[in-house]
Amino acid sequence: MIPTLSTAKGKILATPGVAQVEGAGGGGLVPWAQLAGYASEDEIALSAFCTQATVSDFKLNSCGAQVNLYDRVEVSFAQQNFDVDPLSLTLSQNIIGLKLRLYGDLIYSSWPQLSLGLQHKSIADNDIAYALGAKEDSGTDVYLAASKLHLGLLAGYNVLWNTSIRYTKANEMGLLGFGGPTESGALQLEASVAVLLNKHIAIGTEYRQKPDNLGLKESDWRDVFIAWFPNKHINLTLAYVDLGTIAAVPEQTGWYLSLSGSY
Amino acid sequence: MLKYFNSILIILLLALIGGCSGNKATSQNNLYYDVGERQGIERLVDAFIQRIGQDETILPYFAKSSVSHFRAGFIEHFCDVVGGPCQYQGDTMKDIHTGMSINEASFNRIVELLILAMEDVDISYPVQNRILARLALLRSEVIHI
Repeated sequence: MIPTLSTAKGKILATPGVAQVEGAGGGGLVPWAQLAGYASEDEIALSAFCTQATVSDFKLNSCGAQVNLYDRVEVSFAQQNFDVDPLSLTLSQNIIGLKLRLYGDLIYSSWPQLSLGLQHKSIADNDIAYALGAKEDSGTDVYLAASKLHLGLLAGYNVLWNTSIRYTKANEMGLLGFGGPTESGALQLEASVAVLLNKHIAIGTEYRQKPDNLGLKESDWRDVFIAWFPNKHINLTLAYVDLGTIAAVPEQTGWYLSLSGSY
Repeated sequence: MLKYFNSILIILLLALIGGCSGNKATSQNNLYYDVGERQGIERLVDAFIQRIGQDETILPYFAKSSVSHFRAGFIEHFCDVVGGPCQYQGDTMKDIHTGMSINEASFNRIVELLILAMEDVDISYPVQNRILARLALLRSEVIHI
């Protein structure tokens, strides 16, 4: 007998969200409680993405993939390349992610869906990170995320929110190493809100708190986004991002574009 | 720049909330009227039955059902759920679905077929969502039993 391979489609369109810049399923900047892809309890979903964020003096490329096992476990991988225009160099890091859905369903459970995740990051070349005062060249973030979609909440429009609390030592997500002279690990808050304008388009905003371990005025991150879900296999997300000050270079704003595919 | 965008978004959200409170008189119990009353519900249920008939995942669940019995029961139940002047007195959702072992994917597929049916009969997106919000409460009486 030939095994049949069917696509994972057990979730409602758009509800899994998009690919997060560190590889997890989520918003663009914040990992969400949802797992990437459309797998429900007895399905497996495979997804892949590429994201590019271009701000005034830096450019971030992040590509990766996720496996969603039975809407219970998400395993993800991402490779980030960060072009530092003022120094004409590129910093890279790999991120392996794991997310476990602890409780609930985004839409149907009375309490929000809850997931616990981790992201293990290691940078390719530690010269810059150590020169800036970072203590380590790898680190592991741990986060707890809660998400809920409220059907018809705003004049009939669906509203989705997510809050994550993350323990991290990472400087600029890890690209500038981990820890530093002023601080080490700490808890950071992250949040996203989105409204679905119809079943294919969501708009929203995100906020991500970040530490300043290196004393380089590292900023919290913000964005506003529009995400398009023509079907369950493709998602395109465009965002305007405000990354504040990066490595003491202020006013880093620009555009973020992400494409992901799911099977 | 982003603050400017954020402000636009907040204004948009406020406008939506404003729209919400403005419609309050017609939004709570009058979901029935927004669906087009009895006639609208009948049209929707007919479109839903059409959609189910064309879906190879969901159709097998209806193998043993009578279409006319399902149609009459669903119209009455739907009318009740959207606050219409009906009192559904048929079998409970639990009784109907016990033994069917409906999983999450099939449940969501049924939700999608209902959404397609609502689109077929031109029910607006906000009204669709308000209907789904009511029906979603019944999920635990339908799934995994």
